[in-house]
Amino acid sequence: MTKTITDVICPFCGTLCDDLEVEVSDDGKKIEDVYNACVIGAAKFLHSQASDRVTRPRMQQPDGSYKEVSYDEAVEYTAKMLANSKKPLMYGWSSTSCEAQSVGHEIAEQVGAIVDNTATVCHGSTLIAVQDVGIPSCTLGEVKNRADRVIFWGCNPCHAHPRHMSRYSIFPRGFFANKGHKNRKMFVIDPRVTDTAKMADYHFQIEQGRDYELLSAFRVAIRNEWLPDTVAGIPKEKIYEAAEILKSGRFGIIFFGMGVTQSLSKNHNIDNAIMLTKDLNEFTKFSIMAMRGHYNVTGSGQVLGWQFGFPYCVDLSRGFARYNPGETSSNDLLRRGEVDSVFVLGSDPGAHFPISSVKKFSELPSVAVDPHITPTTEVAKLHVPVAFVGVEVGGNCYRMDNVPIEARKVVDPPEGMLTDEEFLSRVNKRVKELMEAKK
Amino acid sequence: MTKLVLNLISGRTIQQGVAMEHGKEKEEYRKACGIIELDPSDLKKLGAWRNTNVRVTSPYGNVVVKAVEATQGPHPGLGYIPMGPWANSVINPNTYSTGMPTFKGVPVEVEIALNEPVLSSIELVQKKCRGEA
Repeated sequence: MTKTITDVICPFCGTLCDDLEVEVSDDGKKIEDVYNACVIGAAKFLHSQASDRVTRPRMQQPDGSYKEVSYDEAVEYTAKMLANSKKPLMYGWSSTSCEAQSVGHEIAEQVGAIVDNTATVCHGSTLIAVQDVGIPSCTLGEVKNRADRVIFWGCNPCHAHPRHMSRYSIFPRGFFANKGHKNRKMFVIDPRVTDTAKMADYHFQIEQGRDYELLSAFRVAIRNEWLPDTVAGIPKEKIYEAAEILKSGRFGIIFFGMGVTQSLSKNHNIDNAIMLTKDLNEFTKFSIMAMRGHYNVTGSGQVLGWQFGFPYCVDLSRGFARYNPGETSSNDLLRRGEVDSVFVLGSDPGAHFPISSVKKFSELPSVAVDPHITPTTEVAKLHVPVAFVGVEVGGNCYRMDNVPIEARKVVDPPEGMLTDEEFLSRVNKRVKELMEAKK
Repeated sequence: MTKLVLNLISGRTIQQGVAMEHGKEKEEYRKACGIIELDPSDLKKLGAWRNTNVRVTSPYGNVVVKAVEATQGPHPGLGYIPMGPWANSVINPNTYSTGMPTFKGVPVEVEIALNEPVLSSIELVQKKCRGEA
């Protein structure tokens, strides 16, 4: 007989679905099946059971091959690397629990590290914009119950947040939006005809990189002021029409993603999107929300925020917290060669940083803590496999709307494997001893 | 040989997400991300059949990927490589003091590279780091 565990949290994207059901074997050791999850979430649970999973730390040898080492040796190497560095970079933090992040920050404070999370290549520009102009936001519950105008700007939830539309933004029947998607007008702004765009009532196939112009045009159209014939490839009639529909709603929401944060205007795109939201509030109620990627990147921002006052790019090397994206951000530091070791946990910069940054990373002393084999672990000097948070160990996570949700443990990790938090706690203890000895 | 000039963007696809969770060292990940999605009209301009290996070159690097027909098109003039080491070999790493590399909107040239292989993610990153690719 199998057992079914209900209300399981999905540790993949920022939607943080909390209605998964996982069927485990009678002895509670093996995951048999996953229900309610999207295809990516199910893959995450089932991959944790893979027979070829690495279960012990591996150290890179001079010939490039990897040799198995014990967790004790891994803790010793990591602690010494961090304690002996002048300016270590501690990057990642988005695929782990808030508890583990907190221990990591304690280490960073002692060794004078720079702590940066994956927002640096994701919604970092959003965070800058929020500091510049503020943000009128809401929770996903409000969207589900109220939203009748939904804009997806530069994001493709069909692929990146597969259950977002069915759980919160388009399809569910809410208290005020009681006819589900029939109550809602869906707008998509994207240079491709994405699968999300194919579902939309209105798709604006914008010229890539011209989001700032189109956002400005919307702000103009809302006031019924003059527009040129086309803006960013969109005829002005369509913009005026959309502006009227947006104004006539009772509750609107703009979801935005990498299409605006990673194009050339970066944080200025978001500034303008937030100001558009503000302008729309003169006519109706409007909110705006970032489509956060990793399941706990929001949590990393929260924990860094309450501990040091800044959500990412926190430089502790001078003994107090400094923040200056462009200077204290991972890619700038790596490319300029300003760090002398790198510790990565819960992220894969090897696959998701520009190759010039990865090259610098590969030349430095480095530790990668990750349950998977990734391009990062294969260029790092030490790979420490750990238990999957949200599958093999619980912990606190933040959804994209800043709602904290406690992830649940479903099965035990393979025997003898440490969790992120256990590994970090042991490194923390050893770092303390080494720093004491230095004094 | 014909060189096609395009504007390149990258981003997530659901195939990329699934393959990533199955393991980035696996063949599935290379098949999901070691591709460039081109509009049918651009494939025609290039003179390439679907599923031909091509070399993508930008001012910041180059990489060999498989040219496939756009799944979320039409988008003439725009190339799409799913996020991953292949896209990151050619995107613009400059952050212009924001901390954010310019992952979208990179001018690239695409040319047919019939006999060059699409490397696996691990091999690609290791070779790029050693300066061999």
